[in-house]
Amino acid sequence: MALNLIRKFTLSGLLGAMAFSASAETFVFTAIPDEDETKLVERFRGVADYLSEELNVDVRYIPVKSYAAAVSAFRNNQVQLAWFGGLSGVQARRLVPGSEAIAQGVEDEAFQTYFIANTSTGIEPAEDLSELQDGLKDKTFTFGSKGSTSGRLMPEFYIRETFGEQPEDFFSRVGFSGNHTRTLRLVEAGTYEVGALNFQVWQKEVEDGNVDTDAVQVIWETPPYPDYQWTIRGDVNDRFGEGFKDRVKEALLSLDDKALLESFPRSGFIPASNDDYEPIRKTAEEIGILD
Amino acid sequence: MFSYPTVRTSLIFLAIAVAGLLAADIAITASNPWRDLGNFFLGVVTPNFFSSEGLMTALLRTVAFAFVGVALGSVAGFMLSLVYRFLPVRIFCAFIRAIHELFWALIFLQFFGFHPLTGVLAIAIPYSGIFAKVYSEILEEADPEPGRLLPPGTGVIAAFLYTRIPDCWVQLRTYTAYRLECGLRSSAILGFVGLPTLGFYLESAFSQGLYSDAGAMLILFYVLIATMPLWVKPKLLPIYILGAPFFLGDGLPIVWGNVERFFTQDIIPSPIRQGEGLAGLTSWFGDLMVHQALPGIWNTVILTQIALVGTGILALLLFPLISNHFGGPIRRTSGHVFLVIARSTPEYILAYILLQLWGPSMLPAVVALALHNGGIIGHLIGRQTNNIKLRGDAVKGFSRYSWELVPRVYRSFLAFLFYRWEIIMRETAILGILGIYTLGFYVDSAIQNIQFDRAMMLILITALLNIGVDALGRYIRRKLALQTMPTC
Repeated sequence: MALNLIRKFTLSGLLGAMAFSASAETFVFTAIPDEDETKLVERFRGVADYLSEELNVDVRYIPVKSYAAAVSAFRNNQVQLAWFGGLSGVQARRLVPGSEAIAQGVEDEAFQTYFIANTSTGIEPAEDLSELQDGLKDKTFTFGSKGSTSGRLMPEFYIRETFGEQPEDFFSRVGFSGNHTRTLRLVEAGTYEVGALNFQVWQKEVEDGNVDTDAVQVIWETPPYPDYQWTIRGDVNDRFGEGFKDRVKEALLSLDDKALLESFPRSGFIPASNDDYEPIRKTAEEIGILD
Repeated sequence: MFSYPTVRTSLIFLAIAVAGLLAADIAITASNPWRDLGNFFLGVVTPNFFSSEGLMTALLRTVAFAFVGVALGSVAGFMLSLVYRFLPVRIFCAFIRAIHELFWALIFLQFFGFHPLTGVLAIAIPYSGIFAKVYSEILEEADPEPGRLLPPGTGVIAAFLYTRIPDCWVQLRTYTAYRLECGLRSSAILGFVGLPTLGFYLESAFSQGLYSDAGAMLILFYVLIATMPLWVKPKLLPIYILGAPFFLGDGLPIVWGNVERFFTQDIIPSPIRQGEGLAGLTSWFGDLMVHQALPGIWNTVILTQIALVGTGILALLLFPLISNHFGGPIRRTSGHVFLVIARSTPEYILAYILLQLWGPSMLPAVVALALHNGGIIGHLIGRQTNNIKLRGDAVKGFSRYSWELVPRVYRSFLAFLFYRWEIIMRETAILGILGIYTLGFYVDSAIQNIQFDRAMMLILITALLNIGVDALGRYIRRKLALQTMPTC
């Protein structure tokens, strides 16, 4: 029995060791941890399989615990491709000269943040954020991750612009839930009265019937801005052969697996460029996230 | 009673904590905290051991990182302990142990990335500072008599090995074994920043509300620690230590250029990098102090003081649970189990769990710190009371507790408490990563914004604060003439 256990341990250890190894020829990518991890692992393993088949190289996805960890891994050349948010993409491309945004979701050209509130607050949806000044004042509020575009950068920008105050001063308590799914859960449960999240996550969760719409509702939608994108390092051709970057781009743009796209959720991928994200960079500089 | 310095000191600290409570942010913000807590306990009693394919690997990695980290730390610490009398060595050791394992991990992650070296060094470096201090204390206590009996001309090394070491061998061994247990806890929480140990899966399970999965992981972790005497045997140690490096996983390859870049660019304050001169540097530093360091220090100190007093109160309340002077064997056994769970759960994990359940405020952190540290101290003084012989006709019940036992153990209780002061502060700072506004929050924010210069400066400030509290704790212990054993 004990021996058996030891054998099992050793075996799972060895298997694990193999699973965690990566040769120099493996094309590794990551993604910002913006949603529940199980979902991410499922989604990006699908992407890894797809890319591996299209590109004829070993492709591996590694999950990370924070937005910054995704940026650092990309910068340190431990991953060569990443699914970034608007802000993390800008950060990453600033740190890695030659890197390029190659594709974005169809929805990412005009992405939005939804402000949601627990219905117990009695806050009614409004067209204009300024109408909500009295309702929102001194409520508890949660962002998503500190490095998130839709969960932090844009909502903070509009809060500052509209109310002329730092979020910490305007609300009675400000938190960072970690990701969009958690923002939704925390506001639904009333742990925070108000929150801001990625509109795609909201819509998908509502469609899937995972939201108690009697407990939480959307109270304001931001104007559109560019968000998520695939960013690739500039030196991949040296390592994986001439034209590799174009092949990755081509593979992403021609991804038409319904289930896989649905898991993002995006209706498809379209070309993107670094310049598309200038508005994000300016906003980030304005509120001091970028030096 | 108030004329006793120990009582006066206790009351002063109590008063500080009460004042701190007024300034602190203590609240339960979750709308239904008890339902969530109930769900969590339901998860613990209905554990799901087959949730994640990686669970067994994670457990193995947790053990492997602990073994390699602690082994390296103890060897380096032993070397340092031999030259510990030199001031620069003492300062160096105080500095490296003042930085928490998680901070070390966050630093190494920036240039080694997800390589096993990150986790190993994150444990080995602070542990070598701790080992150096404690080993040197133990060696100093060794009886000098055998050394004097040696014939003249005996070599220094031979004298050391044959007279000093045998005298303190048992203590060295006991302490190293205790650190191995700490190493397992440190190793587990490294998963929270992305290393492949238990914390990685625990965090995922918890944040998704998969309490049965999380419960299974916690139970496995307790079993691992509780059964240590069974599987950590002196004869097996060489096998473990030689074998452990093979079970760390490969991670991702190190790119050495990143190391150079980190030290020559990333951590240089941005005004210097951009050539803004002294004026730029002053305003950079001023901004850092006003908006990050000072609020962080304020919250860290308040939370530490409240948690310290909470720890003390809880320790005094809990020690009867394992004391022979009260109750029967059943109560004592369950008391033991409770205390083992309280001290085996890393504060970080306890705080994380409570934060998820009660919502963000300082309360979860205070409760987590008090439970973990109170469990440790309660256990130690509970065992001490078992050596106290009372008269056959001694009073019973509450009078026995308050008039016979507490006065007898109070001095060593205070000694333990002040010993753990610095440890509590180190943990308090790190809990900021979970979203409480202590120094760790600002360090994490700086790292999230890829501002490593700020992060390093804040870590430096945290280390200095710890060193200050450590010195103050030692001063108070000396002033009150409190003895401590290093095994706390």
